[in-house]
Formats: sequence, C-alpha cells, structure tokens
Amino acid sequence: MAVTASPERDIVATPMQRATREALYAGAIALGLFVLFIGLRTDQNISNELILVQRWGLLAIVVVLTMAGRFLYVAYGQPFLANQKIVDVATGLLPESMATRFFRLPYFIAAIVIVAVLAFLAGSLDGLLGPGLAGYARFLRALAIIYALASVMFYFRTFIHAHFSALGITALALYPVIVVLVLAVYGGSMAAGFQGSLKWVDNFGIQILIYVMLAWGLNIVVGLAGLLDLGYVAFYAVGAYAYALLGTQYGLSFWILLPAAGAMAAFWGVLLGFPVLRLRGDYLAIVTLAFGEIIRLVLINWREVTNGSAGISGIPKVTFFGLMTFNVSDPNYIAKVFDIATSSAYYKIFLYYLILGLCLLTAFVTIRLRRMPVGRAWEALREDEIACRSLGINTTTTKLTAFATGAMFGGFAGSFFAARQGFVSPESFIFLESAIILAIVVLGGMGSLVGIAVAAMVMIGGTEVLRELDFLKQVFGPDFTPELYRMLLFGMAMVIVMLWKPRGFVGSREPTAFLKESRAVSGSFTKEGHG
Amino acid sequence: MMAGTTLLDIKGVQTYYGNIRALNGVDVTVKQGEIVALIGANGAGKSTLMMTIFGAPRARAGTITFAGTDITQLPTHEIARMRIAQSPEGRRIFPRMTVMENLQMGASLDNLKHYDEDVEKVFTLFPRLKERIAQRGGTLSGGEQQMLSIGRALMARPKLLLLDEPSLGLAPLIVKQIFDAIRELNRTQGLTVFLVEQNAFGALKLATRGYVMVNGNVTMSGTGKELLADPDVRAAYLEGGHH
Repeated sequence: MAVTASPERDIVATPMQRATREALYAGAIALGLFVLFIGLRTDQNISNELILVQRWGLLAIVVVLTMAGRFLYVAYGQPFLANQKIVDVATGLLPESMATRFFRLPYFIAAIVIVAVLAFLAGSLDGLLGPGLAGYARFLRALAIIYALASVMFYFRTFIHAHFSALGITALALYPVIVVLVLAVYGGSMAAGFQGSLKWVDNFGIQILIYVMLAWGLNIVVGLAGLLDLGYVAFYAVGAYAYALLGTQYGLSFWILLPAAGAMAAFWGVLLGFPVLRLRGDYLAIVTLAFGEIIRLVLINWREVTNGSAGISGIPKVTFFGLMTFNVSDPNYIAKVFDIATSSAYYKIFLYYLILGLCLLTAFVTIRLRRMPVGRAWEALREDEIACRSLGINTTTTKLTAFATGAMFGGFAGSFFAARQGFVSPESFIFLESAIILAIVVLGGMGSLVGIAVAAMVMIGGTEVLRELDFLKQVFGPDFTPELYRMLLFGMAMVIVMLWKPRGFVGSREPTAFLKESRAVSGSFTKEGHG
Repeated sequence: MMAGTTLLDIKGVQTYYGNIRALNGVDVTVKQGEIVALIGANGAGKSTLMMTIFGAPRARAGTITFAGTDITQLPTHEIARMRIAQSPEGRRIFPRMTVMENLQMGASLDNLKHYDEDVEKVFTLFPRLKERIAQRGGTLSGGEQQMLSIGRALMARPKLLLLDEPSLGLAPLIVKQIFDAIRELNRTQGLTVFLVEQNAFGALKLATRGYVMVNGNVTMSGTGKELLADPDVRAAYLEGGHH
C-alpha cells in the first residue's frame, strides 16, 4: 500500500525550534495573564486619591523569566527526563537515579564545611560581608543544613522507611528538648535556650500539631467514611467556644472541659449528620459548607453570649493537672515549685506535649477503630453504600458515628486552641481553615495518618518558614512580606503534589486485616490461566 | 425448618420507578432447600424484583414474607439481618479493601464470631480466593470478583441467598465453576438459592424450579426441566441463544 504523507509531516522540529516556539507561546500567555496583575497596580497617593501605578519593567522581567523557564524545560529538561527512562546500550542499565546523583559524599562534606564555617563566623558575618550579603550567607547556611539533613535521611532511607512511625514519634517527643538544648549551647545559657525555643516550639511545633490533629480528625469523616465535609471548622469552633465560655464564666478546669468540649462537638456532629444522611459527594459538601458558615455567623451575631466579633479573651491557662500552674502570680507557679528561673517557655513546652498527646490519642483511636467493626463499616461505606446496606450494616448509625467521632477530635483541638491562644474570635474559624484542613487530608492521602502528618508539616511548616526568609527583602525590596505569599505556596504545592501523586503522599490504603501465617502462593491456581 | 416449607413468599408485588411501573403484581415463591431461577430478557424487571426484596426500591403494593415475617416495609439492613444475603448486580465488592476485609464485612452481622470457620468453607468452595486473600478487591478478575461477592454473602450465614446475574460477563468455564459451586452449596448445606439470570439454559439446568418474567409480569413457571422443554421458552430464550 502506498503511503502518502504531506511534506510538512516529514519535517520534525528540532528540540531547539520547538523550545523557541513554546517559549514564545508561554511568553504570550504570561503577558496576557500578568498584564493586569503585575503590569498595573492601583495605589493611594498622598492625598488619598486612587492612582494607577505602571510596572512595565517588572512585567517584562516576569515574562522573560517565564519564556526562559519554558525554553530551558523544553530544550533541556524534557530530553533529560526522557533519557532517564532509556537503558544504556553498553551496560544495559538504567541511568543512576536522580536522588543518588544529588546526594553524594563530596557534596555532603561540602555542606558540612559550609555550615561549620558559617556557624564559626556567625557573630562577625554582618561586619565581614555587610548586612545584605550576610542575609544570603545565612540563607546558604540554612540550605546547607537542610541538604545535610536530607543526605543523612537519604542514606538511612530504608531504616527510616521501616521504622517511620516509631522514629517520627521519638523525634516529636524529643523536639522541644533538642531545640532548647541546641539554643542553650548556642546562646550560652539555659535561659537563652528557653527564650529562643519559644518560636520553634510554639510557631512551628504547636501550630503544626494542631493542624495534624484537625486533619486526623477530619480524616475519619472524609478519608475513612468518605463523607466530604467542608465545614469541619465548625466543630473546631464549638470546641474552642465551649472551653472559652465555660472556662471564663464558670472557672472550670481545662481537664474537665476538654472532654466536655469533645462531647459537645460530637453532639453537633450528630446534629449535622441527621439532615445530611441521604446526601453524598458534592451535595453533602455544600450542606456542610453552609453548616460551617452558620456556626460562624451565630458566633458573630449572638453577642450576648459570644461577645460577637470582639471575641472572648482572658481564657484561663491549662494547669499541670491542678498540681502546678503557669501563671507567674500563683503560689504554685511551676518556676516556684522547682525553684528555677521564670520563663514563658515552660507553658509552651507543656502545651506542645499536651497537643502531641492529643494527636497520639487521635491516631491511636483511629488505628484501633479501623480494625473494629465500626471502622471497617466506615471504610466499606466509602467504597459502596448500597453493598453495605445489603450486608446488614446500618448506614445511618455508621455515618453518624463517623461525624460524631471526627467532630469530637475537632472539639478537642478547638478547646486546646482556645487554651493556647487565651483568646478566641469568629475570625479564627473561617471557611479558609476548613479548606486548609481538607487540603492537608487530600495532599497527605485520604485515610493515611502518616501521609497527612507529613502534609501538615510541609504545608503549615512551609508557610511558617516563609516568615524566616528575611533575605528576600534584599531581593524584592523592604516592603516584601514573604508570609503574604503563603496561600500562593499552598496552591503551588497542591498543584505540584496532585500532578506528581494524584492520590496524595501516601495514596495506597493500608489493609487492616492480615494473615496470621504467611503462606507461599502455590502456582496451581494461577497457572490455569482463566479468570 | 423442614424442607418444602415456604421461605420467601412474594405476593402481588408492584414496584415503581417514579411513575413508571416496573413490576405489575409479581407472585414468586421460594421453598426451603430449593434453587429457584428467574429468567427473562433485559429490562423485564428481574433485578428490580431482586432489589425490591431488599427494600430499595420499596414495593408500593403487595407483600414480601420471609420465614413467616412480613419484610415489605423493613429497612434494607434489617432485611439483611433476617439472614437474606445477596450477591448484587454488578457484584459490588469493596474495591480498595482486600479479599479478607471484604469477607470480614460479610461476617459483620455476627461480629466475626464464626469468621474462622466460615472463611474456610468459602475457601473450600472457591480455592482461588485463598490465593488472592491479601489482594485488593478491585484488582481481581471478573470471575474472582463474582466468587468474592458470593463468598461475602455466604459469610453472613444466610438462610436464603439471592444471586443477581452471577454469570454476567464471565468466561464459560468460570460460569460453570460458579454454577457448580451453587449446586454444591445447595446439595451439601441445603442452602436455599434464588437467582436471576439471563443465561437461561445454565440457570434452568441448575434450578429446581423456574419463573419466566416478561415486562414486569411472571408469565410462566414450572420445574427447571419443564421450562427447558417448553417450546415458548426455547424459542424466546434458548434457541439461537448462547450456550
């Protein structure tokens, strides 16, 4: 048969031509997209008039960067990635993996040397390099530390993979101790160590663990039972206000109100559950979203009780089971009991361990429930509701227990939040919070505790790290506030993770039932070749 | 219960989808220890009857009695607790759960009390499932999924097993295995089976008695042998058919 091909088809564009063409397209798209975002900006001048600021230079930079990025990706990145999948003709082996090429001993040694030198010069950096370059040097030091840690983790990856949970819990339990000790050595005294640890324990540790707990709680509803809940923050709010109101009005202790707040949130979970029993998927999502907003609006408008948008302040601190307190004026203040220096860090460290304990409780309960009939029913419900019913499972109670259990952990987290902040207002319980918690669950992989914890660390820790990137001010000017870009980071991370791992960090479901003895699979059935 | 007593009694059942009547007063009886086959063309209402027994959709008229209890208005999970088990249309196994977890779900009525004993019975019946025990349901072949669906239903220790098109989309050799297994269950354990099939030849050969359904009505009934020999049945469902 004669093959006819149009002459154009025979000319295959070289990678360079293709890259040039695609770079031009990308530039055009970037120009179209950003002309209003970046090219023009509205501002107020000194007499409060609205003026239009033109920023063509910045726009040009963005467009050129986009073009360059696309060009490099198409011309070099794509062929490089394609080559990774081609076996070497001579050796018959695939190329070395990217990771082994990235983590090499010479690089590791170089990173250690950089860290050591910069740590040695830490005090005199500003004098030696000037404030601008010193900022970069500190950033370089941070990168080198991250690289060195990543190298160590890569080297021990099989060990880490095998003992991930145990290592993770140990690391979390030791985290405040290590932070305090490292900073104490660095600062020269224990007091400096405690003082410096505030940021690391509070902003990073506690903040991340609150989200881990919330995401693990939501995981029961969304990940296990498959009920898409967009209003989870409502239960967080119920827990927080339960502690805030009962604590301030009646002076009840945190240890009584923690279970009470959990029970109250669970009650509201059941209350939400009833009307949505027959809904699934997107319909359920809309109703739960509305429920979250209703709770927030009630908190704003029911001024007599909730004090409206002004919120409730003066929420009592958690005590050490009534034995010690963290108020300096109290006779049994922890520093007086132990006769040590006064510091606000003790309370933060205590709170850290409290939320860590609550997180572990959530994880423990989730793991246990998954192996019990109710947990198995949740997962079966996610898979096939009709099949569940025909197996005699009461889907009504199954759904309600999922809502109630998830809400209860949200309530625990809420009352902890209120105790930690000492202040609650409806502003903390906006829809964005629900969205972030849900994003963490989805990114981590629905149903996977480890994946969700990692996702919370990356997303919440990542946004906190943005605050630390002061050197960016030298690049983008003193007005640049990196933390304003946290939502951009969130969005970018979600897009990247969803492209790279569409089911989240840990996408495969861990079975709950295992064979008691491991058996070799005989070939007698597989050989038949039917089925 | 004595052999020969009526286990499932469907009387004058009418089922609607919205305003469209799918069943026009169906009468079907299943006696203890029988295999009863319901055959009919696509859209005749066979699966609707199967689902009506389980209360979804609910019958608008008529009664369904199981072992002397009126189950017409019971919720689906209560009907299942009467020990009626079902391998539903499309098998409906839990795809992300392993074979073992699927079987555990089947045994959840008894809270896994007889699990170890019953799972061995299922594995004797379908040895292939034992080979696949740690595999996710969704990764099984069609025949294995059907075996799992039946196995899961058996884990509930049913008095009556409902099978909706167990041969659908399966290779003839697998269909034979599954029909053999049903016959074996009936012979050794005296399990009562009510199955819906388009594969009329196989189903009627297996069945003690059979019903023929056309457009929401039962038009004919008799023993499996009678129906197989009936000229009308032969013309409509067997001749030029697939067997």
